[in-house]
Amino acid sequence: MAGATADATARAPERSEPRTSPGSTTQVLRLARYQLRDYLFSRRFILMLAIVAVLGAILTAVIGYFRPASLIGSSDLFYGGVWAGGVTIVIVFAGVIFGGDAIAGEFQNKTGYFLMGLPVRRTTVYAGKYLAALAASLVAVLAFAVIVVGNDAYYFGGGAFSLAFFESFVLAIVYLLALLGATFLFSSLFKTSTYAVLVVAILFIFGFSLLEDLVAGLAKVEPWFILSYASPVIGYPFDATIPAHVVMTHVGRVSGMGPTITTYNPTYPEGIVIMLGYFLFTAILGLLIFQREEFS
Amino acid sequence: MTAPSLEIRELTKSFGRFTAVDGLSLKVEGNKCVGFLGPNGAGKTTTLKVLTDMIFPTRGECFLNGRSVQQDRKRALDAAGVLIESPEIYPSLTPFQALEMVADLRGVDAAERRVRIPEALSEVKMAEWADKKVGKFSKGMKQRINIAAALVSDPEILVLDEPATGLDPRGMVEVRDIVRGLKRRNRLILMSSHILPEVTDVCDEVALINRGKLLFYDTLDNITARFSHGMVSVDVSFAGPVSDADLSGRVQPIANIAGVERLDPRRLRLSLKGGLPEQSQVLRALAGLDLGLVGFQESKSALEEVYLSQIERGD
Repeated sequence: MAGATADATARAPERSEPRTSPGSTTQVLRLARYQLRDYLFSRRFILMLAIVAVLGAILTAVIGYFRPASLIGSSDLFYGGVWAGGVTIVIVFAGVIFGGDAIAGEFQNKTGYFLMGLPVRRTTVYAGKYLAALAASLVAVLAFAVIVVGNDAYYFGGGAFSLAFFESFVLAIVYLLALLGATFLFSSLFKTSTYAVLVVAILFIFGFSLLEDLVAGLAKVEPWFILSYASPVIGYPFDATIPAHVVMTHVGRVSGMGPTITTYNPTYPEGIVIMLGYFLFTAILGLLIFQREEFS
Repeated sequence: MTAPSLEIRELTKSFGRFTAVDGLSLKVEGNKCVGFLGPNGAGKTTTLKVLTDMIFPTRGECFLNGRSVQQDRKRALDAAGVLIESPEIYPSLTPFQALEMVADLRGVDAAERRVRIPEALSEVKMAEWADKKVGKFSKGMKQRINIAAALVSDPEILVLDEPATGLDPRGMVEVRDIVRGLKRRNRLILMSSHILPEVTDVCDEVALINRGKLLFYDTLDNITARFSHGMVSVDVSFAGPVSDADLSGRVQPIANIAGVERLDPRRLRLSLKGGLPEQSQVLRALAGLDLGLVGFQESKSALEEVYLSQIERGD
């Protein structure tokens, strides 16, 4: 370790010119690197990997035991069900664990005073922390991908790196971008980590799904403004036919009579626009809020 | 390099209806240490937070080396090492990694970092802890790392908010030594403190604020001369009780003694006129009385007297 081996008795030379800090983009990347190191050696990262391991173990055990035809009928069915379904759960947990208190924690734990005394823009701090959370979350997503690909290799003998899987992986990353953007926004609204994590967890684990059902089922309005509505597009690359945008199901005994349930499915472009829109909107709003936050 | 400077211009900071800082202006230039004094709630930390862009002014502006902190925090803070409110460090980092992050973000290149980081850690007596995770450190140890973080890029200006907070007596002495060392290296230091002997010991100038307003800013010598009116308070102690007759008949008449107050049977507080030569004469005269003189020392530092009188007047 450099700290132990460097010559502590050597005196640094006196400078003749004032020191200037590097450009903001360089600072973002440097800050992200240190933040990522902090994440990777933290308990929260171990927790995240444990969640991925447990999820992977449950899926592996259940599929291995029941061998459902709806999943192991083909490689596409397998990926559409196991990968697309599981990765959204991994992403939600990653968002809560790495993004929930990312900004709020800087206030509550007073680590923000350490960073904000440095010659860095507030946008640099926000972006650096975001990139670090993104990278840590990607490690979790990759770990889950390895489990799924391993299962695929067992049942179908490989073929994991099909174009469809690559496409779905990219969509999962876009979803992760949007979800982290949203968790950072919520995190910047609070100065207490617990509140921030709690609100983010409730919203993303239960709240948005519930809201989506209520909006679509009761108000009969397409819930395009809810991020989780866009998540099914992660599985679209494996579908032979993409689900109809609006599905009306009559639940009465006589055809054409009785109540009708309306189900909405995002179109492929719509899902991508929702995710990118969420990312842009929440990133800009979160940044604006953080710009005005006081370390009082 | 031109002389470092910092300026607080017409600063007002309100929190709702409460005005923490009220039209405060202060301009400091050159290589010196300025003590920033005031009672609890006077607005010291609030001022320093605005000066380092941690909070925003209601009115006014702050400058570091002529650059507006509010307009361009990045370039303004390039010149300053900052320690505000005893920050926490990411617990999974070691002191070396924490300082590496600071130095890296400040643009200290790798070769210089290899020298400066161990140097800064040695300066705060934390070299042997360089590789241990900060999470388990005591408050005092973390504060030492925070001081090292403020020093690691060798900034021209240091803004230190009660740097001795959380430190044991030895740590406090070490902080004074660090500040003295910085003065020798021609740095501008603005240091808030409650510890008046610390300020007297290391600072060249003092700015005193109360209720968000600047009461005065001057050199220590000028302040002492201006506010003490040539009087100094001295506590003297004797081996045995001093009788009232001796007090009024022998002690009080000594030249340059303006007043006598009995603290207890053996101890008196004298108000003396004049400077050090007059004090010396009084000491000789007291010793000559053969009352068993065993102690003679200033009861309060000049700064302490000024501080108390000015704050009381403000209250």
